[in-house]
Amino acid sequence: MADVELLSNKVNERLAKFFIQSTITFGELTIEIDPEHVHEVGLILRDDPDLDFKLLLDVCGLDYLHYGIGEWQTESTTSTGFSRGMVKQGIEELSSPPFERGEESKLLPRFAVVYHFLSLTLNHRIRLRAYLNDQHPKISSVMDIWPAANWYEREAFDLFGIEFIGHPDLRRILTDYGFIGHPFRKDFPLIGNLEARYDAKLRRVIYEPVSIPPRILEPKVIRRDNRYKAAE
Amino acid sequence: MEKIPQIRNYTFNFGPQHPAAHGVLRLILEVDGETIVRADPHIGLLHRATEKLAESKPYNHSIGYMDRLDYVSMMCNEHGYILAIEKLLGIEPPQRAQYIRVMFDEITRILNHLLWLGAHALDIGAMSMFLYCFREREDLLDCYEAVSGSRMHATYYRPGGVYRDLPLKMPKYKPSIWHNEKEIAKWNESREGSLLDFIWDFTERFPKRVDEYETLLTDNRIWKQRTVNIGVVSAERAIALGFTGPNLRGSGVAWDLRRKQPYAVYDQLEFDIPIGKHGDSYSRYLVRVEEMRQSNQIIRQCVEWLRNNPGPVIINNQKIAPPSRVKMKESMEAMIHHFKLMTEGFALPVGEAYAAIEHPKGEFGIYLVSDGANKPYRVKIRAAGYPHLAALEELIKGHMIADVVTVISSIDIVFGEIDR
Repeated sequence: MADVELLSNKVNERLAKFFIQSTITFGELTIEIDPEHVHEVGLILRDDPDLDFKLLLDVCGLDYLHYGIGEWQTESTTSTGFSRGMVKQGIEELSSPPFERGEESKLLPRFAVVYHFLSLTLNHRIRLRAYLNDQHPKISSVMDIWPAANWYEREAFDLFGIEFIGHPDLRRILTDYGFIGHPFRKDFPLIGNLEARYDAKLRRVIYEPVSIPPRILEPKVIRRDNRYKAAE
Repeated sequence: MEKIPQIRNYTFNFGPQHPAAHGVLRLILEVDGETIVRADPHIGLLHRATEKLAESKPYNHSIGYMDRLDYVSMMCNEHGYILAIEKLLGIEPPQRAQYIRVMFDEITRILNHLLWLGAHALDIGAMSMFLYCFREREDLLDCYEAVSGSRMHATYYRPGGVYRDLPLKMPKYKPSIWHNEKEIAKWNESREGSLLDFIWDFTERFPKRVDEYETLLTDNRIWKQRTVNIGVVSAERAIALGFTGPNLRGSGVAWDLRRKQPYAVYDQLEFDIPIGKHGDSYSRYLVRVEEMRQSNQIIRQCVEWLRNNPGPVIINNQKIAPPSRVKMKESMEAMIHHFKLMTEGFALPVGEAYAAIEHPKGEFGIYLVSDGANKPYRVKIRAAGYPHLAALEELIKGHMIADVVTVISSIDIVFGEIDR
């Protein structure tokens, strides 16, 4: 595989004006851009002979709502411990301060779209991330640059409610016909909101609110004592 | 004067309960006579939200879910997931574990291609192929069972290695009222030695079996009529549509992650990458058949290496891999480690990683985001078959209804990974 530093330099040369941040972690290059520039950046990534990212591998939505928030107090002792039926009210109460990233420690927008590209000729990969606004996450579609984006964007729309402007056929793809909500958002409960069953009287399948309370079997634990520090 | 009849296009459902739909594909087809004008695949009927489930569990609990994605190439899925975890942890499994993984990846590739070949031939009308392919699959599934206790959903790979070393004994058939001692003794001939002996014996037999398949199909006139020039995709278009794996190689692009971005021990093994010429169903068939032969070669090299190099199969880091049962009963520290691993699991450092492997169907990638907790923050599964199915409309437009079946099976889709 081609050298990632070299690629990073090439990318910096051509795309620096669009950057928020460019990082190399675990041997992978990640660039972060403003969502407005995704189309311009996409064209450069695909058509520049030194980059030549002809293959779009993946488009994926991300919801940073609970990022860095544990469900178990690990720094001080409590008299209550961990209660299992706690999903809804618990996470805000227990939470440590909102997550921070980088040196600026700025609060980041909630959503992000992450693209993975591969160049078959030059044998390198890149990850592109665009953070999106809270209320109505929107970003322009890259389907005209990479036709492969079609279903990936539909999926991200379906699961996260991210709107891809310019996508010709932005329908739900993985969830059921008539599904309400975007299930992969962090505030969507794991067990869902509705359950289906066959009603013998009505002689059809009906939907009802879920009858079991949400539970967590293993709490999410974040220990900030560096015991799992990366061996980079 | 006679009235000219009004001819309208006809729209109908293909699936979701159709034996040639390879699972639960609902395909809405608009036809003009027998010719496909429009095809709209509806997927998600097998959606289980694997990625969301993985977010709610410690890392190791999701290994089993990976088996259930592409349920005909189980261990390959595990490999992708495990690689992503290992990348973030910065650990490297022992050599022996890597050879075991490669060997089982290739066994899995043969398993996958055999099922594909059988089902593909069955869809086109060659019934006997299905039975032959399943005969060989049986032996390979026995290998799965011998090593993991399960014939399909193995859950055998672990971060830092594999669950246990290869067994020294193969399970044997027992005589019954239907099969007498003599018959059984013959069946058990290849099972007298260890698992490696059994696999070796299989690799001796297998190339001849592939020859048999080819005798039946490769020059078969009906087979060629049904597959040549059906579902053609050019190299450029295949790349634009996100194709990977045999489907991309069938269009003549020499791209294989095992060669280009080697993981595990692929860089120490000898094998060739077959590519096709025309990008039609027939090319894809030829590529896959040759891949089975190459996989057979890789397995043989692994068996030879594994025979001569005993050693540990999982790293000796008890923060990640549990201690042995014996140690756990004797050492206080080992017990604490075991308890912490089984309740809380291990945590990954903050960060994100994408790990990809050459899955039998293409590039299978796991994009893992960790916020430092004992559970993944986000797992995105880049399923190999997803872009292939997305391109279905383009592949079948202008073909006949019967060709839809050929194309669907020739791109090798499994709904476990497409719907996730």
